[in-house]
Amino acid sequence: MSPALLSIAGLSARLKRPPHTPLLRSVDLEVAPGEVHGLVGESGAGKSTIGKAILGILPGAIELAGGTIRFCGEDLLAMPAGRRREILGSQIALIPQDPMTSLNPSRRIGDQLTDGLRLKRGLNGKALEDKAVSLLRDVQINDPEAVLRRYPHELSGGMRQRILIAAAFSMDPKLIIADEPTTALDVTVQKEVLRLIRSMQASHGTGVLFVTHDLGVVAQICDRVTVLYGGMIVEQGATADVLAAPSHPYTAALMAASPRHDQTGSGMQPIPASLTAALQGELARHGLERVTHA
Amino acid sequence: MLDPNAPILVEAKGVELELPDMNAARAFGRRPLTRILHPVTLSIRRGEIVGIVGESGSGKSSLGRLLLRLHEPTAGRLAFDGVDITHASQDTLRPMRRRMQMIFQDPQSSLNPRRRIRSIVAAGLTLDAGQRAEIRDGELVRLMVAVGLDPALLDRFPHELSGGQRQRVGIARAIATRPDFVLADEIVSGLDVSTQAQVLALLRRLAGELQLALAFISHDLSVIRNLCHRVVVMRAGRIVEEGSCAALFDNPKADYTRRLLDAIPPLVPDPNWLGRPPPGAAEAAQAAG
Repeated sequence: MSPALLSIAGLSARLKRPPHTPLLRSVDLEVAPGEVHGLVGESGAGKSTIGKAILGILPGAIELAGGTIRFCGEDLLAMPAGRRREILGSQIALIPQDPMTSLNPSRRIGDQLTDGLRLKRGLNGKALEDKAVSLLRDVQINDPEAVLRRYPHELSGGMRQRILIAAAFSMDPKLIIADEPTTALDVTVQKEVLRLIRSMQASHGTGVLFVTHDLGVVAQICDRVTVLYGGMIVEQGATADVLAAPSHPYTAALMAASPRHDQTGSGMQPIPASLTAALQGELARHGLERVTHA
Repeated sequence: MLDPNAPILVEAKGVELELPDMNAARAFGRRPLTRILHPVTLSIRRGEIVGIVGESGSGKSSLGRLLLRLHEPTAGRLAFDGVDITHASQDTLRPMRRRMQMIFQDPQSSLNPRRRIRSIVAAGLTLDAGQRAEIRDGELVRLMVAVGLDPALLDRFPHELSGGQRQRVGIARAIATRPDFVLADEIVSGLDVSTQAQVLALLRRLAGELQLALAFISHDLSVIRNLCHRVVVMRAGRIVEEGSCAALFDNPKADYTRRLLDAIPPLVPDPNWLGRPPPGAAEAAQAAG
């Protein structure tokens, strides 16, 4: 196997304030070039925390308590801030969750789409505009010249999400963090956006860390998947294997809880209390381990 | 099981709705009207769970609010338990309000953050002809137990509860007035799947026990299939298809319904669903990169 694009080892995070509630418990994770890796779990599982730790945009209340995040072999956490900024702008990009709040309402689409190209690649004038037009074409936006002059409020949610995808791919990054990129969209739009991310990712050879709570989305877009519960990894593997034969009872319970449209009377099984208790026990063991190491 | 001869409780015949157009740029004066619902006909029997499904802007929430007579129909006829309430005044409606309730999408914002659970749930009881305090306490405990909550939570504030617990409070609040008709508008869309499963199991049990006419609005066809007796599919203010859940899901007639069903990502990996890139694309990119 080729060297990992992203390699996270022993990553732990906790609340800054006492009692330092742990949020990530020694997470190990690798993303290969060109791979779509799903991070799945319920709220509080820590899936967004991992994405934010990579991007260096953790909320102020959270601190990392150990571990490394290597990108192409370099530890993002140990490098000087200037070097990290270089990488984050151009080699690692984000597709955010909410297309409504992630665009600046007071700037035209063309201006905010091309920030990276202008500031990091030094493009301007005609070259910049041509590049912007071709970016919008890539995400299948009709009449890109007109859309570049629009403001976000003039566009639908699906259009805005396409623009955010175009922006993420604009610098031709090696890695994209997609944080629930289709959660706010209608299903028909979701399907188009998933198809778009998949085809863009494949043609650019981009690695994608795909954060989602939807196992159906994982099944259709992710090559491999990591299942999280309470900040710890419960299962990791090739998507087809994990979904066909989950090795951890939590993964199986999550699948049984997901509603099914193709069958009546299956899905929507509440997670049994015994499993929740067992998971709490596992979490406690992880918490203890971390403390004794420290 | 659903009784096919149960009386019709809520009946909308050819209702239409026009509302001021919020997208019209206008600082003063009247906004122009825009058409929200084209003639829609829908009835719900006692004990029946009807799913209303559609994408954003389909008019599903507007239809729900119209069934509760929170919107006044522009045309058509709306009846509740045989009484025409199409243009009924607020005074006429007030005594009926107890019998029609709503559970909201976001329990975070629909519960007053400054009031204890006790007072939130009791609000409905007060509406029900000023019950005495001690009766109310017993009733509150009974309601909490009915929705699977520890009665000790009555003295907590909404922010101290989890999302699933808050949604249970929303349900307790709605059934406190012993309603006949309940509208649930996207009540599980903000919840994790495991919590969602619990809340839906609760809702199904209560709807059966209380013989509610339940209108369940959702964008999620999978949830509807597993909860509802009947479903209507809406698009652009019209019902494009309706039928029993099993029939509609197994054999959709309208193109739009088929498109909606096709767009739900199945739990089993299907290489054809998205139209995957050719096999080996990832490896080729690795070699190149």
